[in-house]
Amino acid sequence: MEPLFRSPAVDFHAFAPEIVLILVLVVLLFVDLVFEERGRWATSTVAGIGLLASLVPVLTLAVAGGDRSLFDGAYVVDDFALVLKGLFLVAGYVTVLISTDYVAEGDYYEGEYYFLLLSSLLGMTVMASARDLISIFVALELLSIPAYLLAGWRKRDLRGNEASLKYYLLGVFASAVMLYGMSLVFGVTGSTVLREIGDVLGAGTSAAPVVTVGIVFVVVGFGFKVSAVPFHTWAPDTYQGAPTPITAFLSVASKAAGFVALLQLVFIAFLGRDDVWAPLFWVLAALTMTVGNLIALRQTNIVRLLAYSSVAQAGFMLAPLAVAASIPAERGGIANATSAVVTYLLIYAAMNLGAFAVVMAVARKTRSGEISSYGGLFDYAPGLAVVMAVFLFALAGIPPLGGWYAKFVVFKSLLDAGTGAAVALAVVAAVNSVIALFYYASVARQMFMDPVPDGDTTRVQVPAALTASLALCAVATVAFGFFPNLVARLGDVALFGALP
Amino acid sequence: MEDLDDLALSLAVFVPLVVAAAMLLVPRDNEAAHKIMALGATLVTFAVGVLVMARFDYGRNDQLQFRVDAPWIDVINSRYLLGVDGISLPLLVLSMFVCVLVVVYSWNHFPEPHNPKAFLILILVLETGMNGTFLAQDLILFFVFFEVVLLPMYFMIGVWGGEQRQYAAIKFFLFTLFGSALMILSFLALYFQGGQTFAIQELVAVAADNIPRSTQLVIFGGLFMGFAIKVPMFPFHTWLPDAHTQAPTQGSVILAAILLKLGTYGFVRIAIPILPEAAMAWAPVIGGLAVVGIIYGALGCLAQSDMKRLIAFSSVAHMGFVMLGIATLTDFGINAAVFGMVAHGLITGMLFFVAGSVKDRFHTLELSRLGGLLLQAPRMGWILGFCAMASLGLPGLAGFWGEFPAILAAYSPADGLSEALFRTYMVIAALGTVLAAGYLLWMLQRAAFGTPKPEFAEAPIADMHWPEYVAWVPMLVLIVVLGIFPGLLFGLTDDAVGSALSSFGAGG
Repeated sequence: MEPLFRSPAVDFHAFAPEIVLILVLVVLLFVDLVFEERGRWATSTVAGIGLLASLVPVLTLAVAGGDRSLFDGAYVVDDFALVLKGLFLVAGYVTVLISTDYVAEGDYYEGEYYFLLLSSLLGMTVMASARDLISIFVALELLSIPAYLLAGWRKRDLRGNEASLKYYLLGVFASAVMLYGMSLVFGVTGSTVLREIGDVLGAGTSAAPVVTVGIVFVVVGFGFKVSAVPFHTWAPDTYQGAPTPITAFLSVASKAAGFVALLQLVFIAFLGRDDVWAPLFWVLAALTMTVGNLIALRQTNIVRLLAYSSVAQAGFMLAPLAVAASIPAERGGIANATSAVVTYLLIYAAMNLGAFAVVMAVARKTRSGEISSYGGLFDYAPGLAVVMAVFLFALAGIPPLGGWYAKFVVFKSLLDAGTGAAVALAVVAAVNSVIALFYYASVARQMFMDPVPDGDTTRVQVPAALTASLALCAVATVAFGFFPNLVARLGDVALFGALP
Repeated sequence: MEDLDDLALSLAVFVPLVVAAAMLLVPRDNEAAHKIMALGATLVTFAVGVLVMARFDYGRNDQLQFRVDAPWIDVINSRYLLGVDGISLPLLVLSMFVCVLVVVYSWNHFPEPHNPKAFLILILVLETGMNGTFLAQDLILFFVFFEVVLLPMYFMIGVWGGEQRQYAAIKFFLFTLFGSALMILSFLALYFQGGQTFAIQELVAVAADNIPRSTQLVIFGGLFMGFAIKVPMFPFHTWLPDAHTQAPTQGSVILAAILLKLGTYGFVRIAIPILPEAAMAWAPVIGGLAVVGIIYGALGCLAQSDMKRLIAFSSVAHMGFVMLGIATLTDFGINAAVFGMVAHGLITGMLFFVAGSVKDRFHTLELSRLGGLLLQAPRMGWILGFCAMASLGLPGLAGFWGEFPAILAAYSPADGLSEALFRTYMVIAALGTVLAAGYLLWMLQRAAFGTPKPEFAEAPIADMHWPEYVAWVPMLVLIVVLGIFPGLLFGLTDDAVGSALSSFGAGG
């Protein structure tokens, strides 16, 4: 008689990054529990080293090569997953670096902070491999719930409470919408595995309106996650109220996770229904970049400015999704759009994390997030001012700094599609990149051309960990600009299971 | 020597950048070290330029020489492709030459807020961008270098500029960025339609055949916007007077002498050879805007009360002549245009130098407050007069060979262009030279002739000092030499221009 349940064969190598992360989580809890106050200093070190350790299996998997599919295709380790796991882990490492002194100096719980941060990262690494509606949902909740808590870490600060509450309420609402959409899709297709959904929808037999509703709901749910307009309203308040390292983390890693899920869902499961999602993404992309930029123009707080700028950047990343289905196969088809988004995410991570690191360094002296407090920064902290200018102009896409290549691949994939709608979106994007320059340059103007507001020109003391993160991001940002090949290779990944 | 040949162009581009990076590590207070490093970098770069000139095969000046071809961005088939031919060589050497002189001039002329370290680093980064643009033979590489100049110039105007510096800096930046956004879209369109390559030479060979005419026209329109804003052509010129007036002297000189040429060079190197049919269709528009620019610039000059602003408007007029030469699409016209670029670079660069030195001494450039420069600082006054003469196109000086042949070329434009229209342009442009004489002599009269105004009558006005001599004399000599022996430059550019126009069949 067949046994009722046979345990599936598990490829432990494929799981190794997640397993290492879980071990680090256990060690973190242990250190916090056993050593209490005396061990607090060690938690950030453990977290940082643990993240680097979990990068090792990612590298060995990359060297070993080959796509690994587990649990009937619900969990896949392919190049796409590995590159994004690498991105999440490195972004997490930089977040730990910029958190170290911030958390230690503030009156915060350290052990729990890093525990939650790594839990969220665990969710992200799972997300990169999740090719099944349920594992995507589990990964999403695993990465979101710790983030809700972290956003409110400054619990005695009203803005911190607002940040956490807004993020939580809208996040849960989005999850509910998405889950409902997923249930509709499951109801019609009878499967939760993306690939099987893709087969059913691709066959064209299920034009049921209910599928359309399902797809729209899922996309809208992730629209919240990636802060696409009009679902972006939580982002500026949450970004401003959350501890700055967490803001950096949310704006880079959490957003990237949202895009990863979108790419997997849209390009594997919903590929056959581009009549639904292509126009939806077109509108989302155009709105997101335009509204994000226009509101950013009026910001006076640096964190809010970066928040709206990251909204606008998300618009650029949405653009290839809008035209993916019209890119001819000989120009790469879906893979072209995938690599455009991944490349953008990689470069964006370096420059945005860097910008937040500078914000933190400057705030150590000025204790302010107002853009006007950046006046004369070049006079008393030339290094910080120059590095900040590098990040800002990179975000604006000025060559030879990294951001130009990110914008370039988006333009390229839009023109690859070549349809009227795609070209129109390219023009919208071009106009937006000019608008964006204005507010990025206005910060640079403060730093280089305006006097110091309070006349206080004592030097800014930047702790070692923060310096390291600044150096890491700045080198990456400049290197990506001069040698785009570095990032182009990484970004040139196809989704396993996606049609060519 | 052979190895050096392969390296020469890369050195020409990256020596300034590497030294600039090294200067970051030297403390700000050590001004002497910064000056010496910057001067060393520009001199070494110039030496490389001289070496390239010495080993350049002038018999084959229509061929790309000293070619470097290495992989750069594999995914999009963009390569690190450098090369120099008869069109780019004079502009490259001009750029290297002017950078040396600007650093020399800076020796004791650092504008407020001083900070030689940052200022010199910006000049070196600018040099990398400019040299790279003249050498790049791949559209993406060209685009990157074309944009590299934006940031340093933005900071140079915005930090070291005059009263309205912030406005001028951001205006410069936004205008140019808008143009380059359209330019990069056009480059991408060329890539997709023209055979999946960014190499300029390959595109010249295949693009025109592969791309339908209507698409060519649109792509050319995008390129036109990108380059015309940089030139700048009327009506995209409004950033220029602000940028020039507000920029520090060194910034104005680099802007006038070289940055503006990036736009005209783009037309000659990229837009016209790759899309000849579209160029033919656009030529009447370009020519029309060029002559409007000539007249508008000249009238603008007559309305100025500030010497620097006047010179800035004169740039609009002079670049109009260059663009008119280009618009004729003839061998003769484009040769004149390249000559005009070099001549304008030297002459207007000099005028900005002199204006800067005048401002150093009088702390104003209001023409109504100036006067009697010839009495107070006779040498400087004479140089101003000399440059004004050169600028108005006096035969025997370099300016003449940029303007006169351009006008002449408009008499018989390329086959397929309306003769009547271009002859009208010719007449209008000729009128422009009269106006040029008018505003330049008027400026000279008010600044240099007469007696000093009472407020400066007793002021101790120093005449030229050594950095000014060292920086200016080479330029003045070149203005004379090129004026007397224009063949030096025409001989160099002629075949190269011919090959750029080869797609037109018989050139002109």
